[in-house]
Amino acid sequence: MHPAPSVIIFTTLSGLGFGLLFFLGLGMPEVTGWVAFVFFLIAYVLAVGGLLASTFHLGHPERAWKAFTQWRSSWLSREGWCAVIALVLMGLFAIGSVFMGERWSLLGWLGALFSLATVFTTSMIYTQLKTIPRWNMKLTPAMFLSFSLAGGALMAGQTSVALPLLLIAALVQILYWRQGDKALASSGTDLGTATGLGQRGSVRAFEPPHTGTNYLLREFVHVVGRKHAEKLRIISFLLAFALPVLFIAIPLEGIALKHLLALLAVVSHLAGVAASRWLFFAQAEHVVGLYYGSDKE
Amino acid sequence: MTQLPTSTDRKMGLVIDLDTCVGCHACVISCKGWNTENYGAPLSDQDAYGADPSGTFLNRVHSYEVLPTESPAQLIHFPKSCLHCEDAPCVTVCPTGASYKRVEDGIVLVNESDCIGCGLCAWSCPYGAREMDMAEGVMKKCTLCVDRIYNENLPEVDRVPSCVRTCPAGARHFGDLGDPESDVSKLVAERDGMDLMPEMGTKPVNKYLPPRPKDQIEDQIDILAPLLAPVAEEPKGFLGWLDKTLEKL
Amino acid sequence: MTIQQPKIDTSPKVSDEIRRTTCYMCACRCGINVHMKDGKVAYIEGNRDHPVNKGVLCAKGSAGIMQVNAPSRLRKPLRRVGPRGSGEFREIEWDEAISTAVGWLNELHETAPHKLAFFTGRDQSQSFTSFWAQNFGTPNYAAHGGFCSVNMAAGGIYTMGGAFWEFGQPDWDHTKLFMLFGVAEDHDSNPIKMGIGKIKARGARVIGVNPIRSGYNAVADDWVGITPGTDGLFILSLIHVLMKAGRIDLDYLARYTNAPVLVNASDGPEKGLFLRDADGKPLVIDRVTGEPAAFDKPGVRPDLSATYDKDGVTHRPVFHLMAEKYLSDDHAPENVAERCGIPAQKIRAIAAEIARVAFDEAIELDQEWTDFRGEKHSKMTGRPVSFHAMRGISAHANGFQTCRALHVLQILLGTVEVPGGFRFKPPYPKPVEAHPTPHGDRRPGRPLEGPHLGFPRGPEDLLLDEDGTAQRIDKAFTWENPMSAHGLMHMVISNAAAGDPYKIDTLFMYMANMSWNSSMNTKGVTEMLSAKTEDGKYVIPHIIYSDAYSSEMVAYADLILPDTTYLERHDCISLLDRPICEADAAADAIRWPVVEPDRDVRGFQSVLIQLANRMSLPGFTNEDGTPKWKDYADYIVNHQRKPGIGPLAGFRGEDGSKEGRGEVNPDQLNRYIDNGGFYVAHIPEGADYYKPWNTAYQDWAVGMGLYDSPQPYLFQLYSEPMRKFQLAAEGHGDRQPPGHLRQRLKETMNPLPIWYESDQHGNEGFTVNALTQRPMAMYHSWGTQNAWLRQLHGRNPLYVPTKLMREHNLQDGDWAKVTSPHGEITVPVMEMAALNDNTVWTWNAIGKRKGAWALQEDAPEATKGFLLNHLIHELLPPKGDGMRWANSDPITGQAAWFDLKVKIEKTAAPSDAESQPEFAPIKSPVGTGPKDLAWKVGK
Repeated sequence: MHPAPSVIIFTTLSGLGFGLLFFLGLGMPEVTGWVAFVFFLIAYVLAVGGLLASTFHLGHPERAWKAFTQWRSSWLSREGWCAVIALVLMGLFAIGSVFMGERWSLLGWLGALFSLATVFTTSMIYTQLKTIPRWNMKLTPAMFLSFSLAGGALMAGQTSVALPLLLIAALVQILYWRQGDKALASSGTDLGTATGLGQRGSVRAFEPPHTGTNYLLREFVHVVGRKHAEKLRIISFLLAFALPVLFIAIPLEGIALKHLLALLAVVSHLAGVAASRWLFFAQAEHVVGLYYGSDKE
Repeated sequence: MTQLPTSTDRKMGLVIDLDTCVGCHACVISCKGWNTENYGAPLSDQDAYGADPSGTFLNRVHSYEVLPTESPAQLIHFPKSCLHCEDAPCVTVCPTGASYKRVEDGIVLVNESDCIGCGLCAWSCPYGAREMDMAEGVMKKCTLCVDRIYNENLPEVDRVPSCVRTCPAGARHFGDLGDPESDVSKLVAERDGMDLMPEMGTKPVNKYLPPRPKDQIEDQIDILAPLLAPVAEEPKGFLGWLDKTLEKL
Repeated sequence: MTIQQPKIDTSPKVSDEIRRTTCYMCACRCGINVHMKDGKVAYIEGNRDHPVNKGVLCAKGSAGIMQVNAPSRLRKPLRRVGPRGSGEFREIEWDEAISTAVGWLNELHETAPHKLAFFTGRDQSQSFTSFWAQNFGTPNYAAHGGFCSVNMAAGGIYTMGGAFWEFGQPDWDHTKLFMLFGVAEDHDSNPIKMGIGKIKARGARVIGVNPIRSGYNAVADDWVGITPGTDGLFILSLIHVLMKAGRIDLDYLARYTNAPVLVNASDGPEKGLFLRDADGKPLVIDRVTGEPAAFDKPGVRPDLSATYDKDGVTHRPVFHLMAEKYLSDDHAPENVAERCGIPAQKIRAIAAEIARVAFDEAIELDQEWTDFRGEKHSKMTGRPVSFHAMRGISAHANGFQTCRALHVLQILLGTVEVPGGFRFKPPYPKPVEAHPTPHGDRRPGRPLEGPHLGFPRGPEDLLLDEDGTAQRIDKAFTWENPMSAHGLMHMVISNAAAGDPYKIDTLFMYMANMSWNSSMNTKGVTEMLSAKTEDGKYVIPHIIYSDAYSSEMVAYADLILPDTTYLERHDCISLLDRPICEADAAADAIRWPVVEPDRDVRGFQSVLIQLANRMSLPGFTNEDGTPKWKDYADYIVNHQRKPGIGPLAGFRGEDGSKEGRGEVNPDQLNRYIDNGGFYVAHIPEGADYYKPWNTAYQDWAVGMGLYDSPQPYLFQLYSEPMRKFQLAAEGHGDRQPPGHLRQRLKETMNPLPIWYESDQHGNEGFTVNALTQRPMAMYHSWGTQNAWLRQLHGRNPLYVPTKLMREHNLQDGDWAKVTSPHGEITVPVMEMAALNDNTVWTWNAIGKRKGAWALQEDAPEATKGFLLNHLIHELLPPKGDGMRWANSDPITGQAAWFDLKVKIEKTAAPSDAESQPEFAPIKSPVGTGPKDLAWKVGK
């Protein structure tokens, strides 16, 4: 798949933003006033910014409101609903916390739930696609959720929770890569089933339908060199998990230093997740590629 | 509407004969012509006279080589457009309801005024049947020429998709695949029509007729008696045979 | 919940109006419905009523809208201002254009008409352009047949009075086995696709004989991946096996062919000539009387076997000679298998299948008919085996004899003009005797005495001066290529540049991209076109070119006469020329301006009339000196070749009720337009098979004006005209070939089809065959300017068989250096498995020169695309005998494109990743096209 910046930014930022909202909704940390304002501001910038980024790739963003209509069947529509509900609930919750010093816990719990649901629905947009075996796995929502929770905990300063969550997310990431690398081959789909000619002999793509490119090739056929991908995986893993764990696990005195390291952990995690997301898209093989000879290497 | 109808009154679709398609691209361009001028936005072209021309097409003809173990390699021309699946994933993923499957005939369409151009339907389609139009920012796909097949401004004989009307080799057939008595259904039954990527569970309406077995003449034909038994070994004998045979004429 | 879906208009208005005319996106000439909205072309589809395409339309046809609006269209007459080849022009008015042309031409007409060489390329008005040239008085006229498929056309005419495509077609409704030789996708394209579709629907067998398994061969049930140039050898082996098994139609051979005709078998000047009676009719032995009789005598039963002695001279029937030749073991499958690259078993299996279908599955139609000997037949017997071939077998140096061999195979099976076999389309069948001989006289100020092109019957018809020099600039109808019935357009520029046989003053060409894909040795030709003499003048002083588009050739002309596109013009597809008939109907068609040009351009034929009128050319001028016609439309309606016979056969007579023959009808074009742009005259039932011998057909043809009297004839298995050339080479007769050609003429002019090696001298070390073919969705260079079609074929790789890919360690996208004895190219490769192991090929004419066709200079056509033409020369490498032999068929002069041999080697990608050789860009006289398109005419 084409690793479009808009979707990478969207899933990375909004995942983190809703992760933070989740913890804020649970009262972790329990903050009010200006401190609450800063926390909520960061969470909203990430969540809403991500959502806005996602509209950049739309052909007609002015019609985006229509996306709320199909919640019965469309995960994208459901995501829209969840996001709006989460943002509204958490918005009310934030007003209470920031301006009234009130903590409406029920609202917070509900907001947290919908924040997590938003991340889940986002992941399901990808998971539902049988056409992309690397996404069509239970590990995909596991990955989105674990990343969001780990990132959220990190940003919420919940070190004790963040550490195990980061370790879980790291484990999910490794499992996801391992299973994903085998997904297309084990999906049962190849050029033989794609053309129905597989029974007659081996099938190879000959002339493409057009000598030039097209939307499908631009959108779905993206070739990442294996070595390049391996390197990027290591970098992404180090940044997303290894370094943040290191940063928050170092026993240090001094609030400033602690905050600096926490900030570094967040930035590193963010960069690592973005790299992971780039790979998530760039390495995803759409079965349409088979029709264009993508199995030829 | 994003929801699929539980059943459609008819299952209109195409049957494509891979035994007959010569790969001439007539269907590709006829489709481009009709659908540029008709349903929805025109099918645009970018860098039309430049280094990297690329345009929206609703139908493209691929070609594949099949390499049997015992006989020579074969070349198969392979036209591909929307298969109007019964279980069309492109419809259910659509967030706005722009994509829908018609109850009356099963045609999968995009209502362009509702399309936000998110591309998710194209992601969900295993066949590459949907292409985003770069000029208009909406998703384009085969309409099965819904503006031809019922069009009272066209003579009845022309109420077929433009690709079917134009196909010189007659490799494309149009009809109701939900009716077992229709010509297309009979053709599918006779020729073992097949689905593409059946494992995807999309239940395509369009069927493909597989190529007939090829390169079997040496196994099928006895090259000696009676077909080619020599009438004589020598030219002289041949003239003798000639005389005898001419007598009988 | 109930599902609500949008209400859509399923009956939108399709168009304001449909204008029906004839397509010109290739040479097929299908009928099209042009849908108009707001006076603009909105959509083009096939015309269901049209005899050629019956509603279907190919990719090119449907893309016509992009051609009519192509940015490459020329807009105004141009006069060259830069050097030739630069593309620098200034726009001029038509008055200046016409005056300039007349200034050059009129003097030639009056003093030395042969100094004009007028050659037309993809011309569909040859009966008109040749009429113009004839009246100008130059012998130097032809169209592009010489580098296209003259071998097929002439081979067919000399053998049976017609060949494939415009001449005839398989009986698609009845045939049960269809065998296709060589690349054939480019001519008669829609009818053949329709035919293949028909027989495929019945599950009938298709056998494809072609080194490349693409296109029609991809749908063949059985594929014969033959070695290029050996088709004749394979066919003669089939003949061998079939004859040996007695699986031939003796009755048919005796009745309708010259198999029983008596041939002089004694040495001397008559050897090999037919025994004829006092009226000149060939004689056969009548089985009833045992005596010789004229072949067409009523009641005669020709004998295939008996010989005849008279005055000490033995006369043997042709069939004896055939038995002797083809039963020889030289033709046994085992002895040809290796050279053909086809296992002997497979040759036998194919022969057996042909025999089985022809004889065991014969069909009979209950249809009475009467033959030319007056005999009534109660049935029509059909042998449902049919064949088709075009350029694939033609474009070899042995192509003429190979085409003859294929026709002879059909005749031996008795499958020509019978149900299920091959059927002629009117005005064919038409024997050699009904065709003119060539004319080449040069008389200042006066017209040529007859048509330029024709079919020589013997050495007496060659166009040679007393001293043996060629009368024509292309040296057609000389000992080098005696039967060059279509001329040799590919030799015109090189001969003119060399001043051999003489210098010319003006080269005038139409629709022929000679400085690019229509020439062998492209670079050499561009140099010849711009060559200068020592005093700095161009060797070819004047070049006039007419084209509708900014082709590569434009840059090499001094004066450009911009033509219209096909939807802006009048044309006639005439029975006098290359009509659109079907096997059971005569048909012709017109084009008419369905839209008016939005540029200052004129239809070329109308410009020719304007030129003729300015020069008062005979034929174009009334006795009182006034012009006969003002433009082409006027000519189409009012010209009469013979009284009552004009360019169009339909709606003749004052009220438009006559067909074929009839007075001029001033309303004729309107009647054609109302009728869909064409006219069809059906052949009556019972006259539609056995046409060469069927009195009902012959009478109908006379009524239509196709002949002036019935012309029944025998198929010429044995070609007497060829024997006459051979006799001359053996030293008989007054007109003698030059010594260096004697041996070649003896060998190649065999009156019975033979096969000889077409591998060229100089090919040592070049072992791989290299071929080209035109993609079905493209017509030569025309398709490239088309925004839709160029997306299908915007660049062309060299297709290399798997075996050679492995041998040379090549992978898709790698580059290879391809070398021939003449040149070298460096191009990208792509693997193909369904390909002869020793053959490479590419799509023809995708490669473009930078600056042409209104494309941007970095268009893939100009950077990645390439021509194989750079590897082919019009002459063979020197042999050391002091002469340069032509790279063509020694009988017809057909350019031997497909004899090309190369070697390939892997190489690094060129530094700029562009195919080599690269050419300097030419300046586009029309700029480049727009960036994006979203073409919708209606609102």
